[in-house]
Amino acid sequence: MADTAVTVQVCIVTGFGINTEREMALAFELAGARTAGLHVNDLIADPARLAGFGIFVVPGGFSFGDHIGSGAMLAALMARTLREPLAAFIERGGLVLGVCNGFQVLVRMGLVPGLDGWSQSVALVHNDSGRYEDRWVEVQFDAAAPCMWTQGIPRLALPVRHGEGKLVAPANLLRRIDAAHLGVARYTTVAATADSGPATVPYPANPNGSLRNLAGLCDPSGQVFGLMPHPEAFLHRHHHPTWRNAPPDQLAAMDDGALQLFRNAVRHAAARRTVG
Amino acid sequence: MRVEVWYRDEIGDGRAARLLASLRAGALPALAAVRIRDVYLVTGVAGLQACRLQELVCDRVAQEAAVAPARDPETGAEPDWDLLLEVAVKPGVADPVAGTLRDALRTVLELAVPESALVQTARQYRFSMRSGTLDRAALGALFNPLIQSGLVLSADDWRRGKRPPQQYPGVGGNGAGRSTVADRVARFAIAGMSDRQLTDLSAQRLLALSLGELHAVRDYYRSPTVRGRRRAAGLDAAATDVELEMIAQTWSEHCKHKIFNATIEYHEGGRSETIRSLFDRCIRATTHEVDPGDGFLRSVFHDNSGVIEFDAETLLCFKAETHNSPSALDPYGGAITGIVGVNRDIIGTGRGARPIFNTNVLCFAPPWLEEVPNGLLPPRAVLEGVHRGIVDGGNQSGIPTVAGAVLFDPSFVGKPLVFCGTGGIMPSSLLGTPAWEAEPCAGDLAVMVGGRIGRDGIHGATFSSLALDESSPLSAVQIGDPITQKKMSDFLLEARDRGLYRAITDNGAGGLSSSFGEMARACGGVRLELERAPLKYHGLEPWEILVSESQERMSLAVPPAHYDALAALAQRREVEVTVLGEFTADGTVEVRYADRLVALIDLEFLHEGLPEMVLQAHWEPPRAARSAASAVPPPEEVLPRLLADPNIASKEALVRQYDHEVQALTVGKPFVGRCMDGPGDGAVLQPRPDSLRGITVTHGICPWYSAWDTYDMAMCAVDEAVRAHVACGGDPDRMAALDNFCWPDPIAAPDNPDGAHKLAQLVRAARGLRAACLAYRLPLISGKDSMKNDAVVEGRRISVLPTLLVSVLGIIEDLRRSVSSDFKQPGDRIFLVGADRGELGGSAYARLLADSGGGAAAAWRQACPTVDAPAAMERYRLLHAAMRAGMVASAHDVSDGGLAVALAESAIGGRLGARLDLARVPVASAARPEAAEHGADGTAAPDRAPPISGARAPAARHNRLLFSETGGRLLVSVPASAAGRMAEHFAGHDCAAVGEVADDGRVTVMDTAATVATWQVEALVRVWQTPL
Repeated sequence: MADTAVTVQVCIVTGFGINTEREMALAFELAGARTAGLHVNDLIADPARLAGFGIFVVPGGFSFGDHIGSGAMLAALMARTLREPLAAFIERGGLVLGVCNGFQVLVRMGLVPGLDGWSQSVALVHNDSGRYEDRWVEVQFDAAAPCMWTQGIPRLALPVRHGEGKLVAPANLLRRIDAAHLGVARYTTVAATADSGPATVPYPANPNGSLRNLAGLCDPSGQVFGLMPHPEAFLHRHHHPTWRNAPPDQLAAMDDGALQLFRNAVRHAAARRTVG
Repeated sequence: MRVEVWYRDEIGDGRAARLLASLRAGALPALAAVRIRDVYLVTGVAGLQACRLQELVCDRVAQEAAVAPARDPETGAEPDWDLLLEVAVKPGVADPVAGTLRDALRTVLELAVPESALVQTARQYRFSMRSGTLDRAALGALFNPLIQSGLVLSADDWRRGKRPPQQYPGVGGNGAGRSTVADRVARFAIAGMSDRQLTDLSAQRLLALSLGELHAVRDYYRSPTVRGRRRAAGLDAAATDVELEMIAQTWSEHCKHKIFNATIEYHEGGRSETIRSLFDRCIRATTHEVDPGDGFLRSVFHDNSGVIEFDAETLLCFKAETHNSPSALDPYGGAITGIVGVNRDIIGTGRGARPIFNTNVLCFAPPWLEEVPNGLLPPRAVLEGVHRGIVDGGNQSGIPTVAGAVLFDPSFVGKPLVFCGTGGIMPSSLLGTPAWEAEPCAGDLAVMVGGRIGRDGIHGATFSSLALDESSPLSAVQIGDPITQKKMSDFLLEARDRGLYRAITDNGAGGLSSSFGEMARACGGVRLELERAPLKYHGLEPWEILVSESQERMSLAVPPAHYDALAALAQRREVEVTVLGEFTADGTVEVRYADRLVALIDLEFLHEGLPEMVLQAHWEPPRAARSAASAVPPPEEVLPRLLADPNIASKEALVRQYDHEVQALTVGKPFVGRCMDGPGDGAVLQPRPDSLRGITVTHGICPWYSAWDTYDMAMCAVDEAVRAHVACGGDPDRMAALDNFCWPDPIAAPDNPDGAHKLAQLVRAARGLRAACLAYRLPLISGKDSMKNDAVVEGRRISVLPTLLVSVLGIIEDLRRSVSSDFKQPGDRIFLVGADRGELGGSAYARLLADSGGGAAAAWRQACPTVDAPAAMERYRLLHAAMRAGMVASAHDVSDGGLAVALAESAIGGRLGARLDLARVPVASAARPEAAEHGADGTAAPDRAPPISGARAPAARHNRLLFSETGGRLLVSVPASAAGRMAEHFAGHDCAAVGEVADDGRVTVMDTAATVATWQVEALVRVWQTPL
């Protein structure tokens, strides 16, 4: 693990209905980082505080109740007040994660897929089922993606917990996402092999009807990553719904949960910091 | 300005698709399409540009937006729909979305939004039919006329230029509502009133006070001392409306639990006895007697929730409440308000705890019930609304909904029962002092935090103490907003950790009157200045400000030295805090409005002046039916029908919509087994990520047994909750419980002729609760009762089954040893722990026979299930030891539907077959258990039903063994290698190896060598998962 001289500091946004900041902090701490929860208003009041961090996270929840659109209000507020500091943060090599409601915020702000600067190009809309659902799904990651977060992780079981997670975009944009390998996370079935391709995965394996089974996107730099499923909800075997049913070999594989994803980010952030 | 937003056709709208499917399946089979538009209406905001509003509320990738001009622009435009419905909230009803939009206009668009501005939202539905005309009555399900308006436009209306409005009637400050009424305090010369005048006054002002209570109030105002003190303070002898409302609220059944504290003359079988306070005798004393005395119980009964020790540094608290009356009127608002309300009980416990889980137990009329009395909502609307409220309430709060139950019975058509529970966590010490204790000191500021006060929820406390009838007050309906509350609770936890306040309590029933009135008891008084209270709109009278139940508010005692820091933090978190007065040691509650004294009440009179109620209870023992004339159906048919009974069927369709794992604490989820769809017996949580110590959350509820004897009903409810805790792996010697009684009105009156029997049922239930808790050494740490669960419609009284919910919070030493209900491996041996007594009265089986024409009466007129709790407790300890030793692969409680359903459910969860031999099922000797307190006079239990004889005997015997619901039993599987040890471990106790887990995909029941019945597991999965 990184020595204290390069301990990575993670900024986790809180407030106004964000509600997964605690487990998000735990995930990064288990991965060797230090975390600080920072209320949106405190960040807006003093954006320079971002400079002290290597990773910036918008966790899931119901920011402003999703009242005027999922993540819409928080995205509008951050776009108005934090655009420059965030751009500078990413420019300096900082990593950004948005999960669930945080992913919706990144999408609205245009940080992902970020093919044409910061302007919204995809959308996360109401699930085909019309319902909020909490269920575990199988997610497969694109090994050819530039994403720093998912390197070396072929697939993960993760819970989705949302009512508005269906990813939609114009066909030409979906082609560009595919070409640049920015569609880094996709819903799949337990049985499907890594190369069984983008055929539509049926409900509930694709829990919301996302086009091309897209569950998460990264930006071309690979630093910014957003996804609907919750990696911070799978930190050890007991989080998995079938831990009591798994044979010993599978149980060992469950032990790390999704921690690799956080370790990847901390390693990259530490490396950047050392270089800088 | 009116902006409408909708999804582009090529994107689709999941909400609309779901609605279309539901309406097509129901009242509108010829419906072709539904389109939904979200509507935003803003009036009175200078400089607002339409394009900027559209940008704010419209997702430009997926949606389109349009500004709808006031006058018809599309002259001659042909609508592509047949009917349009637009739903908006009525004036004064909370609209959280509009609140956020108002904030957005200010913070994102940087506009000045004056108080007078009207910011509103609506939802528009555009319906197209394949053929025929749309039956407008079918749209009734889309809005609740009590709180919402539904504007309907036909295509013809549209062609004629009719359009939805640019603005709905509202209560912004712009002239709506009444003007401020500084001197509007009504006075009542109560000292000179006759009985008739007193009761008229109570009825007219919805005080819900009895004549005896009114006399006590009158006597108070007649007292020369009181008169003297009032004169000195500048008040005359007349009672002000503020005072009367405060007394009525404080003395309401809801707040004072008068029935549980009453003196009861109890009559049974020719003998009589006097019981002083069921609460003291059966609940408080019980907890005292079973208190282990080692600090496990930290705070019981007196705070907003009960507090127990989790480990040396951590405490847990737990509370459950009901929100039945509001849920009957507005199911969505009632349920969501119930959740955020009980959350506040946790936030307001000690110096403040953080909610870590929610539970909900719901009792509804069956959704397909055809005869719904006038004035009551259809059961399906109640179910859907309450469910949606729970989805939004829990999910948006970031609190996982981890456990619960859904019950269906026609008796709940009058009032549904909506039990909302919340558990919380707090450090045992905060800034060096115990965190579970918090009391204001004289001189502390009385501070209100959170939402503003409106007319919503006026009289909730007194209203819930009355039966529901056609004239129930509309203002008693509120709609909680989880996001506003989340903002407040985040702020409060920050303030708590910095020590910025001394004491805290929530504003729930009774509002400021209740919160400050209760807090004042600790220090000896409080002085409030109501004109300082922040209002949602002008025109509230002083008494309304005091008793309003507007949501998302807490009351604090703040040392003056800390106030500035508290206010500064509040400003940064966008939470409103207001000093309303200060705590005193004057012995009075003093309320001022605009520098005038409007209430002066002795604290002692307010809290202790309530005269004790004296009530009559007559127990009419049940009589067993002499012959159950129905044919006995073959077991092969019964099991699938039971699995399809909505009481037993999978609730996954409902429960999947609850976030059950936010906060990452849930390690035993609602659905278990290989396919993540088997029924769990309860939740297992890991409160601290750095510790493998866990907790279980389980429930027991069996209202159907009440028809026979509420004593056994209560014992079985306790047993079911304890047993589920043990099944999950919990330690039977480390648990605590909540008791929530929901009763039909137990006070005899001309329109309630069997009130005395209902009260006797309450007495017996309280005694059964006590007996079971003593046997299980189970402390009751908090509870609530709701005593008016009746609806009176067109002169007919509809009463709920007498219902007791027992919720257990228990410790599990090592969560790695927690156990789930699904079978794990073919070849594992199946043990049945506990003996059967063949008890079918009120069972799911008996109800099934009754429903299929076997005679409803027969279902009830048999002895209901019982539990031999002392013997069961020994077995639970043994089973727990077996689990700790790693012997147990699965454990499932035998409850609704008996052994057969438990077996099927374990097989469904594991997707494995099983074989079971009925001849090996342990059967108890004939006698029913008699607990020590089974009637103080030792009355014998009612007769058992006679044995069934004749040609039906074999099937009857099989059905009795398969479907009996005798308590105290668990179905357990153990690896074959541990079977011998397991048998030895339980030697001398009622426990037997009854079968084994199979890999043939079939559940087979034998009677020695003969096959009784066999089912395909996949077929059982289908029937179990289909109904809901």
